Amino acid sequence: MASVEFQNVSKSFGTFNAVPDISFNIADGEFVCLLGPSGCGKTTSLRMIAGLETPTSGKVLIGGKDVTNLHPKDRQISMVFQDYALYPHMNLADNIAYPLKVRGKGEAERHARAKEVADVLKIGDLLKRLPSQISGGQQQRTSLARALVYPSQVYLFDEPLSNLDAKLRLEARGFLNHLQRDIGMTAVYVTHDQAEAMALATRVAVMDKGRIAQFAPPLEIYRRPATTFVANFVGNPPMNLISIRVEVAENKLQVHADGIKVEGLTVYSHIAEAAKAKAMTLGVRPEHLRIAHTGDINVISGTLFANENMGPESLVTIERPDGNRVTARIFTDDVIKTGDIVEFSFDEQHITLFDSTGLRVPALGEID
Amino acid sequence: MQVPVQVYVRRMGFSAIAAILGVVFALPLIWFISAPFNARAELGLAIPQAFSISNFSAVFQNTFAMRALLNSLIQAFGGVILVGVSATLAAYALSRSSIPGKSAVTYILLLFSSVVSGSAAMVPIFLIISAAGLINTHLAVILVFAGGLLPTAMFILRDFIDAIPRSYEESAMVAGASPLQAFFDVALPVIRPGIVVVVVWAFVNIWGSFLIPFILLRSDNLMPASVAIYSFYSEAGTPVVTLLAAYSLIYSLPVIALYLFVNWKFGFRFFGGIKS
Repeated sequence: MASVEFQNVSKSFGTFNAVPDISFNIADGEFVCLLGPSGCGKTTSLRMIAGLETPTSGKVLIGGKDVTNLHPKDRQISMVFQDYALYPHMNLADNIAYPLKVRGKGEAERHARAKEVADVLKIGDLLKRLPSQISGGQQQRTSLARALVYPSQVYLFDEPLSNLDAKLRLEARGFLNHLQRDIGMTAVYVTHDQAEAMALATRVAVMDKGRIAQFAPPLEIYRRPATTFVANFVGNPPMNLISIRVEVAENKLQVHADGIKVEGLTVYSHIAEAAKAKAMTLGVRPEHLRIAHTGDINVISGTLFANENMGPESLVTIERPDGNRVTARIFTDDVIKTGDIVEFSFDEQHITLFDSTGLRVPALGEID
Repeated sequence: MQVPVQVYVRRMGFSAIAAILGVVFALPLIWFISAPFNARAELGLAIPQAFSISNFSAVFQNTFAMRALLNSLIQAFGGVILVGVSATLAAYALSRSSIPGKSAVTYILLLFSSVVSGSAAMVPIFLIISAAGLINTHLAVILVFAGGLLPTAMFILRDFIDAIPRSYEESAMVAGASPLQAFFDVALPVIRPGIVVVVVWAFVNIWGSFLIPFILLRSDNLMPASVAIYSFYSEAGTPVVTLLAAYSLIYSLPVIALYLFVNWKFGFRFFGGIKS
């Protein structure tokens, strides 16, 4: 296992600047997810670690060694591809053992090792089959087995679960999590599925237009999203973002927006003066909203837009007078009728504030 | 269920027309198979009085015609190997590399390929081959065929390779394979059905071509079967039907054999890769 480092790496394809300038450091044994929408440069970054793309400028280091211009074969890495890339003319045993073959291992050793890994992944009795004769989930595990069959410095995953159906995806995700706990591999995992990133990663890099918007542990990303982009990308459904104007009264922040009643935010009193009469964004997660009762202080109201029953919870969406929609995850069986005016309430400590440029404003307790 | 009379009539009419068409196409084939075994075969279709292989023994004694079959094999195999290997390498490079304007290259070559082996270019081709000192050699025939067939072969193969995901070779290289290993272990076996299509197509083209060897070759012992078949015409230009029929059957066997072999061994496929 080894660390991975990017030093001011950029990559352009012709006139298209896929990754403008990116630097990060992944420690030995970390499981890092590159999370972002399609076209954000996450796959390009992964392919630069693999050596399948060469950076336009900057340096890539694996285990402290500069590998920027090293051929993929000399990097001692494994990679699982989105389409699995199983060789259609080889049976599973030969597919899994291919990395050992190019390393000059004998056939007996290759097949023994392939069998060993395949057994762990529960495909041990399919080794004589061709890739076209097994299911999608088995193909996925075969490509994983091929990545695990030899010791690697870094394991790379390019959306490995995106071709699986929902149930298999959960199963495979659980297995990958277990594997990471088991062998403590250094892994870089590309995904556009925030739930996958949250579930697997020790740290998540949220990427936006070729830049890293935030690089932090999953809970940190969830609790303290650095920008409105991160807030809007992580969480299912994502954080509600509401444009507000703030004013100061009695050293407390007063929030002004249609359909919102907030009694004065004490946790942001430190920025009260600076934020005077400024446009800001208020963020609150759907799971922190509840149906308001009389006497609640912080209230958002609007007309009911949708009410989706998910089993344990309902997703209730309301439309505020300015057309902005707010969704709440409601865990009670409160009956809500269409066309009703619905009021959500929330606690002060669950509010996230973003300034006019979209950057998060730290709350009072976070500042030393 | 009651079937209306009209439908009956329509079906009978269709079957009758299909049968007539079938007979029109089948008759020459029946002649082609039966005439060689008929010692008194004529251009008309006739059931042989007695099964005879005397036509074949006569043909086998014609050393020029027999030698020509061998020449055909030499030229066809030479051309096929040259076209197969070059087209595979060129198409792979054109498909996988990022050379600017690579598709323009393919299309321009394709446009001019019909000129190279076409009759319009025969004089310049003769002059080039003559200047190269290759007149009256197998190599001349092989080279000219390769020049004419390569662009189309490259075009077919490039399409084929484009449809194969790059992740095959990429995963091989990440796993530790050199580009050459990735090509031979992973890419080549996946491309093989496409190569087979090109090989059969090139073989049939060279095997059946008359003009190019006729112009580029001088001596009798280099002529291929497509030219030698004219040795079964009399001085006056009338065909000796019995011998011609027997020779034609022998002449067509390698192509049929090749087709059967390829179909059995590889199967004909016009697409690559696997879709999950």
